[in-house]
Amino acid sequence: MTTEKMTPARLIAVLLAGALFGFGLALSTMVRPEVVLSFLRFQDFGLMLVMGGAVVVTALVYQFAPRLLNRPLLGERFHQHASAWNRSTALGAALFGVGWGLCGVCPGPAIAALGTGNWTMLWALAGISLGALVQGLRVR
Amino acid sequence: MYCRVWPNRVRMLFYVKVIEAMELLSHYFPLGWQHYLVGGLLIGTGVALLFVVTGLVGGMSTVFTSTWSWVIQKPFFHELRFTGSRVWRLVYAAGLILGALVWWLGVAGGTPQTTSIPVWQLLVGGFLVGYGARLGNGCTSGHGICGLGSLQWPSLLAVLTFMGTAFLTANIAARWLA
Repeated sequence: MTTEKMTPARLIAVLLAGALFGFGLALSTMVRPEVVLSFLRFQDFGLMLVMGGAVVVTALVYQFAPRLLNRPLLGERFHQHASAWNRSTALGAALFGVGWGLCGVCPGPAIAALGTGNWTMLWALAGISLGALVQGLRVR
Repeated sequence: MYCRVWPNRVRMLFYVKVIEAMELLSHYFPLGWQHYLVGGLLIGTGVALLFVVTGLVGGMSTVFTSTWSWVIQKPFFHELRFTGSRVWRLVYAAGLILGALVWWLGVAGGTPQTTSIPVWQLLVGGFLVGYGARLGNGCTSGHGICGLGSLQWPSLLAVLTFMGTAFLTANIAARWLA
């Protein structure tokens, strides 16, 4: 991944994009672990609509933007999400799911919840930060 | 005779079906479904805006590694994919808080939010979420939204894997920890 210079205009766009993301997470109550856990216990299927809605919009724009534009409005090139299926991905995803099923919090909502004045969620944020730290330190 | 009776029967049947459909909807979405769909579309719009304007792919879990690069000296944390993205990722995270703040003050009236999930579950679950997301190189937004959005089959496998273990864990925990 090459580094492109982050101009103030680009950073404002990043902030706005994040704000839309955060507003969506709060409006859809994904910032409440109870709602996420009620999905995982098959009591409320709302999370499917949240994920489905987000994936459809993203898929359309990821497919069409590079075809309609030579490059991003304020950038050099369109990046790609490169994922590979290997032992790390499988084990990582499995562990992620165990943690998610235990607390009902994933990285986005853990951050966004702070904007709703939910200080208890700092515990989850601390846990995620520590988990990421230990993962990085264990890499050889 | 029949011409008068049949339309009524059809209409009755139609009403019954509509009521059944609404009951089904409130069964699967007891808290309503509109806010879920609108919220999801807004999340997608945020990810799309980031891509169209800057070309960046905005999963959320990388920020938890890239931010450590400011204090941890180990070479892994100083790979270009982390140091080269740590500024915008932190701004993206700040945007997340800002957007949620707008909802909290503007829509929810600023009433204090809290959670009844025990602290140890948030901490231990959070640890596994952070460790697993970084080991697996993606979370619900990285693999779920960006990965599925870019039609990557390894991301689909990752999503199916974490959904599977999450279903299991949440249901076992509901039984044993209640």
